[in-house]
Amino acid sequence: MIELLSQAAFWLFIIVTVGSAVVVVFHKRVIYSAFALLFTFFGVAGLYVFLAADFLAASQVLIYVGGILTLIIFGVFVTAKIYTMTIPQQTHQRFLALIPVLVIAGVLMYVLFTADWKVIDHPNQPTTARLGKLLLTTYLVPFEVASVLLLAALIGAMRLARPREEDHEQ
Amino acid sequence: MLETIIILIKVWAVLIALVSGAAIMTWVERKESAVMQDRLGANRADILGFRVIGLFQPLADGLKMFFKEDFIPDRADKFLHTLAPILAFFPALVTFAVIPFGDVLKIGDLVIPLQIAKLNIGYLYLLAFGGLAVYGTVLAGYSSNNKYSLLGGLRAAAQMISYEVCLGLTLIGLIMVYSTLQLDKIVQQQGELLFGFLPVWGIFLQPLGFLLFFPAAIAETKRVPFDLPEGESEIIGYYTEYSGMRFGLFYFAEFVEIIVLAALVSTLFFGGYQVPYLYADGFSFPWGGHWVLPNLIIVLLQLASFGLKIAFFCWLQVLIRWTLPRFRYDQLMRLCWVGILPLAILNILLTGLILLLIKP
Amino acid sequence: MNFVPILIFLGAAAAVVFAALLTNRLLAPHKPNPAKLTTYECGEEPVGSPWIRFNTRFYVIALIFIVFDVEVLFLFPWAVNLKQMGMFAWVEMAVFIAILSIGLAYVWAKRDLEWIKPKPGWVKSKD
Repeated sequence: MIELLSQAAFWLFIIVTVGSAVVVVFHKRVIYSAFALLFTFFGVAGLYVFLAADFLAASQVLIYVGGILTLIIFGVFVTAKIYTMTIPQQTHQRFLALIPVLVIAGVLMYVLFTADWKVIDHPNQPTTARLGKLLLTTYLVPFEVASVLLLAALIGAMRLARPREEDHEQ
Repeated sequence: MLETIIILIKVWAVLIALVSGAAIMTWVERKESAVMQDRLGANRADILGFRVIGLFQPLADGLKMFFKEDFIPDRADKFLHTLAPILAFFPALVTFAVIPFGDVLKIGDLVIPLQIAKLNIGYLYLLAFGGLAVYGTVLAGYSSNNKYSLLGGLRAAAQMISYEVCLGLTLIGLIMVYSTLQLDKIVQQQGELLFGFLPVWGIFLQPLGFLLFFPAAIAETKRVPFDLPEGESEIIGYYTEYSGMRFGLFYFAEFVEIIVLAALVSTLFFGGYQVPYLYADGFSFPWGGHWVLPNLIIVLLQLASFGLKIAFFCWLQVLIRWTLPRFRYDQLMRLCWVGILPLAILNILLTGLILLLIKP
Repeated sequence: MNFVPILIFLGAAAAVVFAALLTNRLLAPHKPNPAKLTTYECGEEPVGSPWIRFNTRFYVIALIFIVFDVEVLFLFPWAVNLKQMGMFAWVEMAVFIAILSIGLAYVWAKRDLEWIKPKPGWVKSKD
């Protein structure tokens, strides 16, 4: 019973992820695309749960669903006339576009079929404490560099996003 | 199979308790404000002449919601307009899944943990789903196609994301003390004693953490004094264009959030279901003396203790709501970013130092 | 399988929400008229589109939020481990927090967090 439920949930997450991703790409109104992205991120978080990566799943929801998406939606709101604008959906340069599509598809297929997929019987849960240990020992330098990166991102973004006087005069 | 049935019973019980608790909270809110303002308050609803201090009022309110016409304004975006209240109500309900409401119930050989799921990322799950509620408000504001709604929705979103950071930071200290994110483990550790007589409740170990967490959490639920997004008395909020059950969902979400918040505060800072000196086999007092009790009695005592704590914090929140005036928006933002946030960081560093210094 | 109960709970909660909406739809009357369907703006006729361009300050707040959200997320695994790992871990995190506090001090000093009232000269009408 429980096995069956988690199987069903797995497929549900896949359908939600792929289905909403299609909406993100093809919907004509940017606000719908933004909200469809909510379900895509959420579906991906669900898939992380199935990989027994619980901390990663929570961070996915916290950062992407809670953070990045809010930023995108706020970006839509502060950009004049973008909500009603319909985005052009015609395809240009079909043949040129086909080349990168084929290349990316090829790489993905190659990875899919050649990677050494390990199935672990006993997932390494809980992952939070292990991640913390690794961050503070093996990956200490990247961890501290991440703080500098975040600082740089914050200051740079502030510099760009700060309201300027001339904006208010329009 | 049996396992599934037990889960279903627990899920059913929790949902019923939450929804009916929220219904009672609507009455508590009205009655408590009435008492505070020297009014008689909600006492008109009666069944066959019985009024029972207005307790039928939530029943009448609930029924009214079902029979009210639910219309979508002409200019609104129909699909998103329907999605918004669902996104507001759903996260409020599901956050309760990781909160333990008792230790274990033993029936014969069966040991039933009184919690929906022992999730080892417990608090992160709460934060993640709590954060989803932002989309309910933004969507409601956007899809209503109403200037006030959109402004209210945006304000709500900016407020909620700001205080989400505070909710995370203020609790780090507590997590350092108990070394786990899993809520049932946090509660278990709170059953132990400090200096031989004081229960190790979060409030005694993290007083500053509690003082910062509680207002941040109230701000996250958007209630007075942080109710700028809705401001029912003068500002028009993000659910202006809602009626019928879709309005009901927004309205109800607020009361479910009150209960979840009360449960969360008692779980984290006030020992959750723990009764002081009550252990898995009965009472054991620090001044000597044991009193062995059967498991069922212990479970009932724990449920009663948890219920009482929840009731107290619900009462406290309503008291706060009818006592304090509303903040101004700039004050609200300043309180979060330059008030609670730096203090929370200070709390984290100090807690860490103290923990390491007193370590044997 | 700790998340299966969660999935059941999510499903049940969704069922509660949909049942409430469905019952409402079945029981409630449905008699729309133009006055009922207009946007409610204090009883006035709605003028213009509500979708104006909003204050960029909301966007600034969201930007700051993301940076600190990431910081909080880094703090959780650290907090769980601190008691075991000792003073070295504390110093590491103190450095991390100090660097990000520079960011907070910067946005504070630059008044990005202040929700100042627009100066009278800022908002000029188009004519």
